Amino acid sequence: MKRPDATQLALIAALIAFLVLGLLLPKWLFLLTLSLGKGLVVLGLMLLLRTGLVSFGQGLFYCLGAYAVGSLGQFFVIKDALLLLLTGVAIGALVALLLGFLMAKYRDIFFAMLSLAFSMILYGLLVKSAALGSTDGFNVPPPTLFGSPVGGAAHQYALFALACVMVFVAALVLHAYFETPLGRLSPAIRDNEIRVEYMGASVRQAIHVKYVIAGALAGLGGALTAMTVGHIDPDLAYWTTSGEFVFVAILSGTGSVIAPFLGSVVFEVIRTYAYQYSPNTWQLVVGGALLLVIIFLPSGLWSVFGYLRRRGSA
Amino acid sequence: MREVVALLVDGIIYSSWLFIIALGLTLIYGVMKILNMAHGSLYALGAYVAATLVGYWLGHGYAPLASYGMLALAAVIVGLVAGPLLERGLLRFMYGRDEVVLLLVTYALFLILEDVAKLIWGVEPYYISEPYGMLGNLDFAGLTYPVYNLVLIAVSVIAGVALASVLRYTHHGKLLSAVIHDREISLAMGINVARFYLVTFTIGTMLAAIGGALTAPTVSVVPGMGVQVIVLAFAVVVVGGLGSLPGAALGALIVGLVRSAAVHYKPEVELFSIYAVMALVLIFRPKGLFAAAEVRKI
Repeated sequence: MKRPDATQLALIAALIAFLVLGLLLPKWLFLLTLSLGKGLVVLGLMLLLRTGLVSFGQGLFYCLGAYAVGSLGQFFVIKDALLLLLTGVAIGALVALLLGFLMAKYRDIFFAMLSLAFSMILYGLLVKSAALGSTDGFNVPPPTLFGSPVGGAAHQYALFALACVMVFVAALVLHAYFETPLGRLSPAIRDNEIRVEYMGASVRQAIHVKYVIAGALAGLGGALTAMTVGHIDPDLAYWTTSGEFVFVAILSGTGSVIAPFLGSVVFEVIRTYAYQYSPNTWQLVVGGALLLVIIFLPSGLWSVFGYLRRRGSA
Repeated sequence: MREVVALLVDGIIYSSWLFIIALGLTLIYGVMKILNMAHGSLYALGAYVAATLVGYWLGHGYAPLASYGMLALAAVIVGLVAGPLLERGLLRFMYGRDEVVLLLVTYALFLILEDVAKLIWGVEPYYISEPYGMLGNLDFAGLTYPVYNLVLIAVSVIAGVALASVLRYTHHGKLLSAVIHDREISLAMGINVARFYLVTFTIGTMLAAIGGALTAPTVSVVPGMGVQVIVLAFAVVVVGGLGSLPGAALGALIVGLVRSAAVHYKPEVELFSIYAVMALVLIFRPKGLFAAAEVRKI
């Protein structure tokens, strides 16, 4: 067996730290679970960013995952959390697989625009579908795990632990994926996709695979969010939701699979406090931060760690 | 028959509104290659300034008819203040970077401007419906329409024709075409590209603000009014082809008529239909209906 590398060790340490932290800080459980769910979406977005693609429509899969959980719980009385999360992954992956045949042909702002159009189509549909509660959405019944309830006020820790494990697995898998030949194509496609074609790799196929993975992760994130919040509405698919994911992805940077979760937790904490103390200026702060990151930290917050490490070893 | 006429008239009114906003967006993209996400916020700023000016004007009992001048003044003010401020203060440092990075920069601007509007005008809605009702109504094909809508159509036609004529027939317009086609050669030929960028962005901002100022009398001016406008304007320019003036006109007509047809026959698909058209056009003509072919660069 290969020795685990630094990222894998950090992930194991982070998993244990989070599980302990969750026990110590029960008031933070909701916020942490929510940011882990959103972090999963950002993880998928990061995979696309590494390839040079920006999706302004990850809200599509996020919303689909959430509505899948909601509908199953509401109309079919399926409550098993694992089954629900799997459904979220499956629907995200399936829709991404279908749309991917198209999306893989697009680059740059056209990729961004088409993904935005698809998510807005879903929004337009949900807003007018009375059976799914129109703009109000509907409540998601609390799920169960192996027969015992998770989520809700009383069993929040169980859901949080489940989220931690999901994130742990997803991050490990993606970290391993980055090291595969297909994963290593990402930066190459971003730099010069015509040369990638000359080397004999199919850029379209590579992008398609990445799009499906990103869709699956966003579906999982949406499913987790639906269980955490206990309520879903069409705003999950609105373009501002997708824009928020893009923001967190840029903030985090593409340096490591841990970055999206760090960025997501930082963002949710800042937003919660900013919204509480200054509801009319928090977007200003967020926008200003985004500008600063684009100008001064083009590789995101994570690049600070690399900088420190290089200085330390020099 | 009457239903078809109503559908067409509604569609054209909506198209005119869309066209005014999309014109600025497509102009900025065509010249500067910036897909400006802050366009909707500039539209909202135009609406807010118009609401303030018209409110002040009517509040002091000045001639009500001149409040239309206030709407125009609002657009000019927003264009002359916000345009140079954003272009000189921020965007000019970003030229030469990826289009996607510029998209993100303008997304940041959008977030900032949304809150700037809240800081200046608060979160309470503003109403200035006087200019809307003042012109009375017009009977057309058995239906009654506010004359104000004619103003909207007229402004959109004038704006489109004026911009197209300037580009095609004036000295500066020809220089601008040169800048659009090759920025570097234009610089080498002694064209002041920086000034063209500044003027372009200012005019684009002004067009967004005109759209907002003309809309202000027909709705309540509230925070977030620009959020939906951005994606609508995106849909229009993407359908027509980014950076193309005739494209923006055609895109506005298509989106406007589709929406009007949806509203008349199947109201529940209104939003869906607009973005479905956008997606369909992107699928079959990825660069829009009026896009020029591009040379592949290795």
